Amino acid sequence: MEDFKSLINYISNPTILVTAVIIIFPFVFPPTNWFYKINKRLNIDKLWTGKGLLLMTFVTVAFFIFGLTDYNFRSIVLKPDNVPISGLILLLIFFTWLSMSQAYKNDQLVDQGESVDEYYEAPNDKVLVWPDLVYVELISLILFSAFMLIWSIGLPAPLEQPANPAESPNPAKAPWYFLGLQEMLVYFDPWYAGVVLPTFIIIGLMAIPYIDRDPNGSGYYSYKDRKLSMSLYLFGWLILWNVLIVIGTFLRGPNWGFFGPFEYWDSHRLEALTNINLSELIFVKWLEIGLPQSILLREAPGLLIMFILVAVLPVLLAKTALKKYYNDLGASRYSIFIVLTIFGALLPVKMYLRWLFNLKYLISIPEYFFNF
Amino acid sequence: MPKAKDKKTVTITPSSPPPAALNKAESGEEVSRRSFFSWLSIGWVAFIAATGGYFTMMLRFFFPNVLFEPVQTFRAGFPDDYTKGQVDLRWKEKFGVWMIRNDEGLYALSTVCTHLGCTPNWQPTAKKFKCPCHGSGFRMTGIHFEGPAPRPLERFKITLADDGEIIVDKNQKYQQEKGQWTDPEAFLKV
Repeated sequence: MEDFKSLINYISNPTILVTAVIIIFPFVFPPTNWFYKINKRLNIDKLWTGKGLLLMTFVTVAFFIFGLTDYNFRSIVLKPDNVPISGLILLLIFFTWLSMSQAYKNDQLVDQGESVDEYYEAPNDKVLVWPDLVYVELISLILFSAFMLIWSIGLPAPLEQPANPAESPNPAKAPWYFLGLQEMLVYFDPWYAGVVLPTFIIIGLMAIPYIDRDPNGSGYYSYKDRKLSMSLYLFGWLILWNVLIVIGTFLRGPNWGFFGPFEYWDSHRLEALTNINLSELIFVKWLEIGLPQSILLREAPGLLIMFILVAVLPVLLAKTALKKYYNDLGASRYSIFIVLTIFGALLPVKMYLRWLFNLKYLISIPEYFFNF
Repeated sequence: MPKAKDKKTVTITPSSPPPAALNKAESGEEVSRRSFFSWLSIGWVAFIAATGGYFTMMLRFFFPNVLFEPVQTFRAGFPDDYTKGQVDLRWKEKFGVWMIRNDEGLYALSTVCTHLGCTPNWQPTAKKFKCPCHGSGFRMTGIHFEGPAPRPLERFKITLADDGEIIVDKNQKYQQEKGQWTDPEAFLKV
């Protein structure tokens, strides 16, 4: 039992956890034909059947029940703040399953030449708002209010001492829906992780219908006809958002350090994480000539990397791997798509650079509040 | 092309005739063009007045009657009150200042993390300030070395009064990345 707990603690290390999740992801949500075939061959698509849902729910619930026997896990999970998050994990599984099972079922129906589940024929009969709709709404309203009332009485929100600017709680956690953002803030300057990235997320979500105008498989759940779109979106939603929330809730402890789910939250744990900037790594550690005086020269490596990422890589991809998409989308839609994708992909890349090489910033110009 | 898509064309045939409630005959009274416009202008004037009123109240909110302006300058005792090599927490709660004495003298560090403004905790065993919000770490000097903090903690102006007492002035701050820590008032030689 203890071995199992220490194994879980060990693989909860973000480097291992996120790597595992990223490797498994394309097989579960295949972005290309190659992955799709493997997905079918390994029967991973069986996850989206009734049995698959039972299995996923059972594993999750079993893990939580087992975890509740552990003091450290229990004190995290049973904190009134965190109870809804555990429930949301189950809801997330259910709704992902719902859409994926619909999509795979529709793919099958289309293959057999039948009409999809959402196929709709305008009915001739009429349904009245009152009482048919309002009645259902009223019942939902009453049930939901009762549920919220009982919940709030049973699990009261923790009231702490009055706010004191001189004393931040340790760890100071954002509300659960912002924990993904808080996790991003660990790797970036506030203006980027707190302002630019959220703006990109919102703009990116708004841009989806303009970028992806492929009529195939639109209007009903489907996977086969829009593998890349589905996979990219789910990567952003499940990994870059939900996994970060789970990390922030269950794996972040005192001093915002990483703790396994069964590890004791020791606020005095010694951790030596001397982070360095790319400029220091190159000029001080490798070239051993000291930081150049000129800011531009000092940050040249980082600026060069950013230039390659924003200006060279999109062009290269348009001529090679993504040629098909470039031709389909046209220059302007392709540029928006690729820039958003690159900045999305930069998030996990930056996280890995921090975990593996203690790299702090690619570009660091604190003189002008610009760090990236 | 999948067969399903062809079937998706939907035709909606209206099942009932369009509502006739707006018919002149049924509503009974007639609104003339002229009176419609005068009602419309009254409506708009009322709307603008109400919005303007709320906007004025909102503006008023930005000029409060009482401003909370804590004292920025304080007397921090005598240099001998501070032990060498230790971070003194006595002014943290009240003024947001850590007083630190090293072999050469004293300096006053701001307790505001340069990343997003939380208050780091002094960890005597690890000899570092550690922020509980995003894990930034600072050495005793205030230099950042772990986590996302982009620059060192700020120092405040520190001088001696005529009677030999220390005066910390938080109006004047010194930032290392701008090369201001070499300023004679950023550090009190003892």
